[in-house]
Amino acid sequence: MLNGKTALVTGASRGIGRSIALHLAKAGAKIAVNYSGSEAKANEVVDEIRAHGGEAIAIQADVSNSESVNSMIKQVIDEFGSLDILVNNAGITRDNLLMRMKEEEWDAVINTNLKGVFLCTKAVSRQMMKQRSGRIINIASIVGVAGNPGQANYVAAKAGVIGLTKTAAKELASRNITVNSIAPGFIETDMTHVLEETVKSEMLKTIPLARFGQPDDIAALVVFLASDNSGYITGQTIHVDGGMVM
Amino acid sequence: MADVLERVSKIVVDRLGVDASEVKPEASFKEDLGADSLDVVELVMELEDEFDMEISDEDAEKITTVGDVVNYINSHNK
Repeated sequence: MLNGKTALVTGASRGIGRSIALHLAKAGAKIAVNYSGSEAKANEVVDEIRAHGGEAIAIQADVSNSESVNSMIKQVIDEFGSLDILVNNAGITRDNLLMRMKEEEWDAVINTNLKGVFLCTKAVSRQMMKQRSGRIINIASIVGVAGNPGQANYVAAKAGVIGLTKTAAKELASRNITVNSIAPGFIETDMTHVLEETVKSEMLKTIPLARFGQPDDIAALVVFLASDNSGYITGQTIHVDGGMVM
Repeated sequence: MADVLERVSKIVVDRLGVDASEVKPEASFKEDLGADSLDVVELVMELEDEFDMEISDEDAEKITTVGDVVNYINSHNK
């Protein structure tokens, strides 16, 4: 399905990003596994892809730093010769009530989760414009649509990603580059593992499908959006949340 | 140092699908040659490749005519 394509997945050493990298590789794409700090975990993902006969490399880069991003993109193109799919997945949380949120907590989340998407999108656009094709898939969040107490920074960043998605989709459409967002609901990862049981059980009550999602639920949609089958879809935010927000 | 204007002209003709006779130094990419903003961005990218140079975003924003490009290249490339 994605044979001959190259994909860069940011924040691909763990959680949803890891699952996305593995699924894209399974569909035939060559994968650049970006990570920020978890080198060992990133190498595990690369090893797993290679063990199944796929091609992959791990690249360390801080997505909130433009020099770091530009050198990462260059490395991917030098290594694989093209860049067809960008999955902006890297994200962090620094939860706190608005009244208690420190400026550093705000900045850290905005820089990685929003500015990072801008920098990576800008850097790959050049290559995709030359290629006259590309797929950019942003991992937003359902809280970016609905809001969530204790996550002002994260919600603002994710809502920002949804707006950025729409603008990039309009700017790049004439060059056959599509840009879409996925808004995951509650997905079982390290990021959500730390939440208290009471919070989780309250949350479960708000999910019509009455279960939490898995990283694979997101990865399956990424594979579809990355494929030629999704060619007429752009600028959209697709909820994968068990019906939590409609 | 083959004619810079000639090399620029070839790229502009290819990219914008205009007639070579229209590509004069005073011709504005947007006003006279039918380019949109994204076309200009792409032109700059191709010029960077053709002349093996980097044009900063600040400088790229000042480029509006064919003559601007030729002057820029002549003053930055030797």
